[in-house]
Amino acid sequence: MRALAGDAARRLRSNPGAVCALAAILCMVALALIGPWFSPNGSDALDWSHVASSPALQSAHWFGTDRLGRDLYARTLEGARVSMAIGLVASAVSLVFGIGYGAIAGYVGGRTDQLMMRIIEILSGLPLIFFVIFLTVIFGRSEYLLFLSVGAVGWLTMARIVRGQALSIRRREFIEAAIASGAGTARIIARHVIPNVIGPVIVYATLTVPQIIMFESFLSFLGLGIQEPHASLGTLIAEGAGEMEAAPWILLVPGGFLALLLLSLNLFGDGLRDAFDVKEG
Amino acid sequence: MVPALRIEDLRVEFTQRGARIPAVRDVSMDVAHGECVGIVGESGSGKTQVFMAAMGLNAGQAAVGGRVRFGVADILGAGPSELNRVRGSKLTMIFQDPMTSLTPHLKIGVQLAEVLVCHAGKSWSEARAAARRMLERVRVPEAARRLTQYPHELSGGLRQRVMIGMSLMCEPTLVIADEPTTALDVTVQAQIIDLLRSLRAEAGMALVLISHDLAVVAGLADRILVMYAGRIVESGGAGALFRHALHPYTAELLKCIPSIFGPQLARLPTLTGQPPRPGEAFVGCAFAPRCPRAAPRCWTERPLLQDVSAAGAERHTAARRVACHFPLST
Amino acid sequence: MSGLDTNDSLLRVTDLRVRFGTRTVLCDVSFDLFAGETLGLVGESGSGKSTLARAILRLVHADRGAVLWRGQDLLTCDAAALRRLRRDLQIVFQDPLASLNPRMTIGESIAEPLRIFAGESTARQIEEHVAGMLERVGLDAGMLDRYPHEFSGGQCQRVGIARAMILLPKLLICDEPVSSLDVSIQGQIVNLLLDLQRDTGAAMLFISHNLAVVRHLSHRILVMYAGRIVEIAARDDLFAAPVHPYTRALLAAVPPPPAEASVRSVPVLTEAPATEPPTIGCAYRDRCAYAVAVCAASAPALEAAATGHWVACHRSRELLSFGS
Repeated sequence: MRALAGDAARRLRSNPGAVCALAAILCMVALALIGPWFSPNGSDALDWSHVASSPALQSAHWFGTDRLGRDLYARTLEGARVSMAIGLVASAVSLVFGIGYGAIAGYVGGRTDQLMMRIIEILSGLPLIFFVIFLTVIFGRSEYLLFLSVGAVGWLTMARIVRGQALSIRRREFIEAAIASGAGTARIIARHVIPNVIGPVIVYATLTVPQIIMFESFLSFLGLGIQEPHASLGTLIAEGAGEMEAAPWILLVPGGFLALLLLSLNLFGDGLRDAFDVKEG
Repeated sequence: MVPALRIEDLRVEFTQRGARIPAVRDVSMDVAHGECVGIVGESGSGKTQVFMAAMGLNAGQAAVGGRVRFGVADILGAGPSELNRVRGSKLTMIFQDPMTSLTPHLKIGVQLAEVLVCHAGKSWSEARAAARRMLERVRVPEAARRLTQYPHELSGGLRQRVMIGMSLMCEPTLVIADEPTTALDVTVQAQIIDLLRSLRAEAGMALVLISHDLAVVAGLADRILVMYAGRIVESGGAGALFRHALHPYTAELLKCIPSIFGPQLARLPTLTGQPPRPGEAFVGCAFAPRCPRAAPRCWTERPLLQDVSAAGAERHTAARRVACHFPLST
Repeated sequence: MSGLDTNDSLLRVTDLRVRFGTRTVLCDVSFDLFAGETLGLVGESGSGKSTLARAILRLVHADRGAVLWRGQDLLTCDAAALRRLRRDLQIVFQDPLASLNPRMTIGESIAEPLRIFAGESTARQIEEHVAGMLERVGLDAGMLDRYPHEFSGGQCQRVGIARAMILLPKLLICDEPVSSLDVSIQGQIVNLLLDLQRDTGAAMLFISHNLAVVRHLSHRILVMYAGRIVEIAARDDLFAAPVHPYTRALLAAVPPPPAEASVRSVPVLTEAPATEPPTIGCAYRDRCAYAVAVCAASAPALEAAATGHWVACHRSRELLSFGS
């Protein structure tokens, strides 16, 4: 592991795009976490004297305000926090579940694998949006539903990728050696299969995060996710879309932030993949 | 008499993880027309890299210095168009694993004919007829049927014969064979050695045979070069070298080869330590750590390759050279 | 196999058959292996020798036959019993680097059998045991924390041997353990195996295509061709007086020592066709100089040609008297 990480880190450092992307991500995360302290405004404080005012660095509202007079700077950063948090948590869940599922399917093979892959195929085939809408109609809007649907997006691809990797690892000699040493299936999957598929998994994990954030934004945009007065980047964009002609900054600020975030995550993910690609395994 | 191939002060260096790894250091050698030279060495000796560089096959991955002349033309550092005139037609190479060096999705006949079409400008029908004749020449049974088959349908031995045939299509001056029998069974290996022997007798081309297997090389080569840690440590006529090695490495290596003849041993002879990794730096002789004859001088001063041919030796016997401070006596 | 004293048989393989799809890779393989002996197994590519090693350890599935290990059939016992038995049956593989988990240190790889069989509990004890084993195979105990790619082929093979021997197995199967190593260090590994065998009393099944190496190690030798055993003999008998035509061809094909090389031609076999060997009759008949009509009709069974010398050839009696 050490060797792999060290090697990859070095390659990553020599990739300017990836380094910039990482820097951008870290800036945005820092901003989202501590940014609000720099502004005198709360994210749901209504400032009736500055309704829908345009961005002005001299005024109290650096990024302007929305239709209700709420400071866009604070709102955007709150939205960013929520989106990132959901992205991170849902990615982590999909990572753990996807890796476990894929490793078992790939290594055990046979009928178990067939069954597990059929399940994945069925789930992939479901039109998720309609499913979510359907569930929302039945159970009403709830944040738990949001987490569930968002989590459902990420793990399918992860499981497929891990399964593919596990399939190619299965026949390698060190696995045979482990079996010959008397190792049971659980031990082999945990100690031999999973550590050797981590490379591509890390890469796809970083690419899953933007995917999940995008999906959450989309759900929120449709009104299926985060509720007022809370904000996520998606809800902010939805609001902004309605004000596009009169007060474009209400859309552009959160939209720009989201675009930059997704771009950086994707660039970084690509950089990671290149860094891990030339592995000796 | 211009040699078929002349290599002067060849240096090949790779860059890996920021470190410079010299694979070949100051190698000079000649291959005369029609002679068979065996290049012997273990892993890390650089024997394959010498000829990959000579053929221009590692351009871009390695820093190469020195000179390589094929006939009168300087080919080291030559441009692709110049190289391609020579490579594949007059200077050809046979690789170790025929499965990976034959194109899997093209039929055998096509791959053979292609050589003539590209290099000799023949028509496809002429080339196909020549391909069939070549398959017969390399003793592939049912030649006509084989032309229409794909590489994976042939056994390892047959594929290697096809590779040999491909290398001979344009009647080359020099063929470089890189471990041609290593991936083959011993019974097939015997056939391939026999084939190479008779083809040489028939066509008279020069042959460079690279191998770690001294027994294989002994059956074919007129002259031997022994390489260790990127340098030549001994050279000489095959018979003389094998019967009486001068460099301790050659002598020890010969002792290490287990044999089915002779007395049965309780323990196999071996060398201590391991062959040097490519690029390992040495002060003094690279073989000193493993040499049973190493003296203090060997650790500080690197021995140069010197001519130790017996004075008054006839002109046609190959020069005897060894790079050792304390070579075994003749 | 009648007439053989069965008392000492550590491993008895009976009528083993392995198929990959429609291809029969091993057919009617039967032999005994006795305690403390080294049994050499030679054959070329396609002979099935590596598959045999894996079939014995149930790493590949055999559809017929039995593998009796001290009386217990490895092929039919349940998974838990098999895992317990694995402690005594270990294997060293051909490619030293590939047989080690690249993400585990060599210390962890060697310790794994200890951990699986849960004998020692403390980390300290395990580390000491592993360090001791490393020294025993000629490596420095301080290398515990290094990864396989930091070592050479020979060193990795020592690690593989350490892992295989750490629980003192009763049978060590070596599948071409020195084939991918340089000639100058092959002897180191072979001598190490010989030392360990002498010290632990383990039996060894040594698989190789290199007859010369097998010759220096084995008490008895099995010769395989196209998935079947064609000859079994004591080492000296096999090299002095081989009976089966394939064994003779194999020995004749070995190049002479370099010092005695000359340009004389070696008798060459006709090229084996790329298609599978015939399924009816003797698999070797297409290449055999002695084939007659009966060879096409039925596959010869292993029969005793002399004491301790078994040959699967219809004409073994004649060949025995003709000599090589």
